Amino acid sequence: MTTPSLTWFDRLRSRPRVRTALAAALPVGWVTVLLFVPYLMLLVYSLRTLTPAGFIVPCKGFPPDCAWTLANYDRLFSTSVYPATIWFSARIAITVTAFSLILAYPLAYLLAFKVRRHKNLMYMAVIIPLWVSYLVRAYAWKIILGQGGILNGLLMSVGVIHQPLQFLLYSKWAVIIALTHIYTPFTLMPIYAVLESVPANLKEASQDLYADRVRTFFHIVLPLSLPGVLAGSTFAFVLSMGDFVAPQLLGGSDSALMISNVVVSLFGVAYNWPLGAAISVVMLTLVVSLLTLANRVERRFDYRGEPGRIAKTDALGAIATESRA
Amino acid sequence: MTSPSPLVELRSITKRFGDFVAVDAVSLTIASGEFLTLLGASGSGKTTTLRMIAGFEPPTAGEVWMDGRPIHQLPPYKRDVNTVFQSYALFPHMSVWDNVAYGLRRRRVAKPEITQRVDAALAMVHLEPLAQRAPRQLSGGQQQRVALARALVNRPRVLLLDEPLGALDLKLRKEMQLELKHLQTQVGITFVYVTHDQEEALTMSDRIALMRGGRIEQVGTPREIYDRPATKYVADFIGETNLLGGQVRSVAGTRATLDVEGQRLEAPVPVGSAGVTAGQAVWLSVRPEVMTLLGDRPAPPEHNTLEGMVEEGIYAGSLTKLRLRLPSGTTLVLHMAPTAVAVAPGQRARVVWPVDRGVCLAA
Repeated sequence: MTTPSLTWFDRLRSRPRVRTALAAALPVGWVTVLLFVPYLMLLVYSLRTLTPAGFIVPCKGFPPDCAWTLANYDRLFSTSVYPATIWFSARIAITVTAFSLILAYPLAYLLAFKVRRHKNLMYMAVIIPLWVSYLVRAYAWKIILGQGGILNGLLMSVGVIHQPLQFLLYSKWAVIIALTHIYTPFTLMPIYAVLESVPANLKEASQDLYADRVRTFFHIVLPLSLPGVLAGSTFAFVLSMGDFVAPQLLGGSDSALMISNVVVSLFGVAYNWPLGAAISVVMLTLVVSLLTLANRVERRFDYRGEPGRIAKTDALGAIATESRA
Repeated sequence: MTSPSPLVELRSITKRFGDFVAVDAVSLTIASGEFLTLLGASGSGKTTTLRMIAGFEPPTAGEVWMDGRPIHQLPPYKRDVNTVFQSYALFPHMSVWDNVAYGLRRRRVAKPEITQRVDAALAMVHLEPLAQRAPRQLSGGQQQRVALARALVNRPRVLLLDEPLGALDLKLRKEMQLELKHLQTQVGITFVYVTHDQEEALTMSDRIALMRGGRIEQVGTPREIYDRPATKYVADFIGETNLLGGQVRSVAGTRATLDVEGQRLEAPVPVGSAGVTAGQAVWLSVRPEVMTLLGDRPAPPEHNTLEGMVEEGIYAGSLTKLRLRLPSGTTLVLHMAPTAVAVAPGQRARVVWPVDRGVCLAA
């Protein structure tokens, strides 16, 4: 038998640092190519401009001179139309967040504390819609809310109304309903995770100290679940703020344009990539600031001090890092 | 102890979880000001019994009375008892001070009184300097004190303690045992204390209720439980003992003659229950510390004697443990003062003990 000889590669990869680098290479490369580079390109495009013919001014020489300009940002903020659209999207997102919380918190509470026997089944019932295509769920609301739709049919057959309600579909309420439906599971999951982690003996201790169920909820359970509420709200807000499919399918004349629709049309029909990129950069900045803020506040309310114990913290962290990258 | 009016009365309470009977028709009377310990191995039903007094578990059958009124249908927040939980259950989002004030605030006690009582409670457990800390910034022993202050500040009629020292290391636990006992005498509140640590139970309690399989095996003062165990299980569970199997030969008055290890030994007839009758199989329990080596002297009157071969002597600091093999193969353990005459392994030795220090137990 001969001693197996070590190749240069064997020797190299036996070093701990090299091993770490090798293991990290793929994910880091992935994130760099698919997230970091596109975001950087977005930033670059937002600083360029269009020729009178509507093409992007080409770059010349090295370092490239692309006629760098802040004109897109100037235009974005000097006209009222874009800030107004951003504000409108934010209002939709806030409403969706509120409705999601109203729906998700009681359900999460029931799942965490009251349901015993069919707990997994019920949890799955909440989660399964996430596996159905987004488009299918959005179109489903068209069928439900439309003039000849299920809801109108039902109301008419019961005799509550005699004419189909026009305002159901193609209105901002249709958008809000659909977005609430689509993003409520995202709100529910972190709240449920936090409620699950509230030790049962804290509730007993509270009851032992003369607090009935209601006061136990407001003094103990609710404060302890705030990190989950915050994480869930962030999910609902950020995701619905950036949505463009629901307004396009279900929105009316007052509500077909949320800020992402503007971006889509600027990159598409309007062929104004620089302005679209500038709006994207602004939106990205807004969202990242919001996530950072939420993360800070949440850490303030996380009394356990055990990172990773609560599922949503990780999920939120992942999204935040993703957006930051 | 003299028992005045009963404060808490368990009237044949039963708790079933599905098919499992956690507590099986337990009846017990707890006197006002008493330190009563529910002692038992895990799964013996002691914690479930405590939780039924606290109100966390409704009894499947039976009643809990307090101050001459049934309370088993009241929710925990309407009972005049407070609990110190095994893992303390401090509210993590509140300071130590707010934790202690919680019960008083829920009962809408006036603010100045809350301040005064919380400060006093924290002083009692020596925690005033840490009042503004969060629970997670405290050590286990400190958290334990907060839990105690949080319960005692409400001046409950009964304080329930569920293995409150279980999470502490041995030295701290010993300190806290004495401190708790001292505190109980000082505040004069009835303590119902759950533990699986028999030594802790013996140190602290006025009375011990030893539980096994959901039933109470024996209730008595620590001395009664230790010196006069009612069953083989109690004798074995509390402290160390030598259990020798045998048969009753005859009974004369309060004295039974037993055939044990091929010898004729005597023991007091167990009081209460049915006693023993001739021919009955029994266990003779003899504590290691009541036996002494006899040497060559004749056995004194009113003493039992057994002879065996010394196996080994184990030095254990305050005492020496001597292991002695009897002709039947059974091993006897003796506790002797370290100053006692050393006996070499392999030597024959005779041990004696006073007849009334042995306990005859139905097999």
